[in-house]
Amino acid sequence: MFAATPLNRRSHRTQSLAKAVFFLMTVALVVPVLVIVGTLAVKGGPAISWEFLFTPPRDFMTAGGILPALVGTVWLVVVALLASVPVGVAAALYLSEYAPDNLLTRTINLAIINLAGVPSIVHALFGVGAFVLFFGIGASILAASLTLAVMTLPVVIVATRESLQAVPHAFREACWNMGATRWQTIRKVVLPNSVSGILTGVILEVSRTAGETAPIMFTGAAAFVAFLPESVFDQTMAMSYHLYYIATQATDVPERTTYGVALVLIAIVLLMNAVSIGFRVYLRGQKKW
Amino acid sequence: MTPPADSAAAATPGAMDRRDAAWYADRIAQALIFVGGVSAIVFIAGIFVFVTREGLDFALGPLGLREFFTSIAWRPTSNTPTYGALALIAGTASVTGFAMLLSVPLSLGAALFIAEFARGKTRETLKILVEMLAAIPSVVWGFVGMSIMNPLIIRVFDVPVGLTVLNAGLILGLMAAPIMTTIAEDALKAVPDTYREAAEALGATRWEVVVKVVIPASRNGLLAAVLLGVGRGFGETMAVLMASGHAINLPTSPFDSVRALTATIAAELGDAPVGSDHYGSLFTLGILLFVVTFLINLAADVVVRGIGRK
Repeated sequence: MFAATPLNRRSHRTQSLAKAVFFLMTVALVVPVLVIVGTLAVKGGPAISWEFLFTPPRDFMTAGGILPALVGTVWLVVVALLASVPVGVAAALYLSEYAPDNLLTRTINLAIINLAGVPSIVHALFGVGAFVLFFGIGASILAASLTLAVMTLPVVIVATRESLQAVPHAFREACWNMGATRWQTIRKVVLPNSVSGILTGVILEVSRTAGETAPIMFTGAAAFVAFLPESVFDQTMAMSYHLYYIATQATDVPERTTYGVALVLIAIVLLMNAVSIGFRVYLRGQKKW
Repeated sequence: MTPPADSAAAATPGAMDRRDAAWYADRIAQALIFVGGVSAIVFIAGIFVFVTREGLDFALGPLGLREFFTSIAWRPTSNTPTYGALALIAGTASVTGFAMLLSVPLSLGAALFIAEFARGKTRETLKILVEMLAAIPSVVWGFVGMSIMNPLIIRVFDVPVGLTVLNAGLILGLMAAPIMTTIAEDALKAVPDTYREAAEALGATRWEVVVKVVIPASRNGLLAAVLLGVGRGFGETMAVLMASGHAINLPTSPFDSVRALTATIAAELGDAPVGSDHYGSLFTLGILLFVVTFLINLAADVVVRGIGRK
């Protein structure tokens, strides 16, 4: 009864063609991820061993392992989180629970966008000018971590704000009606219902922080430190800077080692990312309201 | 009859406002949360102040602004130092421009596919892969540029050097793609379904709906996505440093090596004595980078706000 006219057929052909073209464009973007991870795994895999992970480098980086860089990255990430999570969660609480729709709130939002958009090397200049020199901390884990914390603050704020806003408003009203103060409501109702979402953001931040190079280059990362860091005022090796150093500055480093370092770094980052994504998918399934 | 003492107290306004521990806790929490709330403003202002503080004396003093913007001679360590940033600006512009040629169509196409055509598992998988693309650290991208792309370009195009505008541009294009794809997809998703249904009810195919309804309705969001992608490319440091060849040069073809503004700071800051002209000149480049990215982000914000008003 409704036979397809030539016009119908033509527009359906256009549609299939468009769909195929857009699909190929998407594939062109995501295939490189798989190629890169695959290549790093094939060429770097043979370098990975217990000795590689748990001994310091020897003979001008041409032998030995990456232990100080791994430990240094853990230090940097932990100190950066200690600094940025409380501030970021407070900022998100303000934006979600208190902020009126006014000029100040719009300025805060613009500042967050800009904080995320400022080039990483400008964050490095800020870290040098503010933490290393002005506050006199010197090049150290603390200065590098604070620089990283400022840089990744938007990640925590945005993720936390989203999960706070996902808590239905009726929950808050019920609590206020019981006579609870705003803070009691936040502590007993809002935060417990959004803590897993906040955690997702924090894990994502770990992944970002671990991979950054430019902000730590002049604020606390060193090419080679013979000992493991003992306090936040020590300089340290870090995985990202170590990869930059052995790929561009050091000579005679076996190709296998460089690929191995890149593989370990990308494994840490993608693992954290996968945990964050998995957690998010799991939470979506768990949602009670 | 006299009412019980309690309710008499409750009837007076002052007594409702009991200043007990919970009240003080609430006040303190509110103050702390407010401090956290304005922290982003404090930090962005702090970045501007500290970068300017170290760079402004040099920028207004020894540096000739005409030389800075018109000369290609960046020789901060020579006996007669010159600080021409034109080649660095051209390096950043060429790499970012090349990256956008690749990245804008691919990212917008990917956003359209994910938002309008893909369904269920395919959609989720593609979104996760795009997120993984965003997660790869820039130093790993730089390493990929040096160790995988460099030999590939030399072999395929039969050129002597593979660390070029082409190499850095391809890498930067892939790095800027996730932010563009994600924000463009959000913009497409923000178009109400009633628009699509209305168009479909008139007999439009999905393709016609996309071209004639969804894209025009989300134009501003798509533009903001492109702007943020440009900002991302413009400010990228490690990957460009490692993949562009880092040679001061006004590029005439994609096979020329160039040096970017960001890369110059990263490569030279370690050797510049604190307070020297060289040090000041690197912070001057920092001021330039800060101002340009600030304007790009501001423009994206204004464009998005345009949607809100409509």
